Amino acid sequence: MQWLDALIQGVLLGGMYAQYALGMALMFGVMRIVNISHGDLVILLSLIGISLASAFGLGPLPVLVALVPLAVLIGFVLQKTVLNRVVGNDPLPSLIATFGLSIALQNLMLQIWSANSRSLPGYGLESRSIEIGGIYIGLLPVIVLAVATGLTWGLDLMLKRTRFGRALRAAAADVEAAAMTGIDPRAVYALATAAAVGILGFAAVFQALRSTVAPADGPAQLIYAFEAVIIGGMGSVWGAFIGSMVLGISQAIGFRIDPGFGVLAGHIVFLFVLATRPQGLFGRA
Amino acid sequence: MSAVLSTHGLVARYGDFQALYGVDTELGAGECVALIGANGAGKSTFLRAVMGLLPVAREMVRLDGEPVGGTAPDRMVQKGVAIVPEGRRLFTGMSVEDNLRVAIDQAARAAGKAGARAGGKGGWTLKRVHDLFPILAEKARTPVQSLSGGQQQMVAIGRALLCQPRVLLCDEISLGLAPKVIREIYAALPEIRAAGTAVILVEQDVGLAQSASDRLYCMLEGRVTLAGKSAEISRAQIGEAYFGVGHAVA
Ligand SMILES: Nc1ncnc2c1ncn2[C@@H]1O[C@H](COP(=O)(O)OP(=O)(O)OP(=O)(O)O)[C@@H](O)[C@H]1O
Ligand SMILES: [Mg+2]
Repeated sequence: MQWLDALIQGVLLGGMYAQYALGMALMFGVMRIVNISHGDLVILLSLIGISLASAFGLGPLPVLVALVPLAVLIGFVLQKTVLNRVVGNDPLPSLIATFGLSIALQNLMLQIWSANSRSLPGYGLESRSIEIGGIYIGLLPVIVLAVATGLTWGLDLMLKRTRFGRALRAAAADVEAAAMTGIDPRAVYALATAAAVGILGFAAVFQALRSTVAPADGPAQLIYAFEAVIIGGMGSVWGAFIGSMVLGISQAIGFRIDPGFGVLAGHIVFLFVLATRPQGLFGRA
Repeated sequence: MSAVLSTHGLVARYGDFQALYGVDTELGAGECVALIGANGAGKSTFLRAVMGLLPVAREMVRLDGEPVGGTAPDRMVQKGVAIVPEGRRLFTGMSVEDNLRVAIDQAARAAGKAGARAGGKGGWTLKRVHDLFPILAEKARTPVQSLSGGQQQMVAIGRALLCQPRVLLCDEISLGLAPKVIREIYAALPEIRAAGTAVILVEQDVGLAQSASDRLYCMLEGRVTLAGKSAEISRAQIGEAYFGVGHAVA
């Protein structure tokens, strides 16, 4: 029973990680960019959401509705103004640029919001739970998991079925050949990053609802996203989802073994996958 | 003759290495021109430079008289130039049909944006490509990487045609293929030309190049060493231009 509970909690935790990991998998898959500022963008969006909520007395849903389009816009502008200049065959320039951006964002957030931890008022949503067969399941984590599943499914469908999705996959496979087929890589990249950061708009709201956020929290979120993506296989959407589940379950089970062991258990599983299957569980060798 | 595509002193380099030394060519509307030359002569470089994949000066490439040198490749496609690139460059991991659809998508997008289509009037559809290469209909759902070389080449040609080109650049479409498959692919040429598309054929097989084209250019070490009507050029002339025998390099 205790282990079943750990498994369920792990899957629910994985739902949160999946919301981080999807955007990272998308950006890596299409542009080979590892966005070091990924976690900081989540925190930035969370803090904006919290400020919006307190300024206008908004509940979580209106905040989400306001935040996602803003996130899309931030992603688009970020790609157009910064990342399109550094994207290329060499992954180093984009790594350095996003690393710099990460530091700049953290300092900016510190200036605006101070180092204090804040959270988004959930009006009781965060404390509600449902009981199934003696196991209590938080309502918020269930919503998080459902949204994560929906986002993964939607992203996968978009990639497979739409004009934009085909252009994305073509650019990911061979960007020069894509250009020779009439695709403007930079336009496609801008929309890819817009989608990736847009998903972080969801993550930001849920992160601020389920715990507190502070300007310096970004790098920790980045690590979880990164580990989930590596475990699942870089660049695969469902791989990122499953990788998030594996990470969440590892942490939850580790936590049951010893509360101090939870996060470490996740790192160990990550390192184990990296050592034995570097292309990830779903990656192509 | 009014040239649809022309190059004027086309120069291209890779870093310090100069690959093209002032190449002048002309492609008439609806014409098929072959470009031959030994390995490393600069044929692919020429096509890449025309396509905007290498930095070249504006005046060096003209499309319908308009200077277009150095225009980004996606813009060149919209202007009606498509390429079957060296090595095919298909979208690995995607199905045959999705590879073709990428071109259809972009052509539709460009047509929507320009109102009237700025590119070709070839009217290529998925169905017409399937009629041209029936195997592509059969293999529609197959990932391109599991096709044979010939089938992959057909996808690459189909993809270029679905860009609705007025000018089609083909880089060694016969390379590594069995004679029967080469015949099958070259059999598509008349139909492509019937749509009014002008073609530049880069070809290693001189006999094939000569029989398939109206005119022919031979390149050697980044320069055009021979130009003329394919039917009128002798083997000896080609041999000399091809290998540079007796060519005093000043
Ligand atoms: N990316 C590159 N970087 C540096 N030099 C290059 C590059 N690509 C081609 N070259 C050089 O440019 C010259 C022309 O090459 P190109 O590929 O155009 O020849 P080609 O006529 O197409 O030959 P082939 O018949 O073998 O395809 C060669 O000397 C080649 O070594
Ligand atoms: Mg070549």
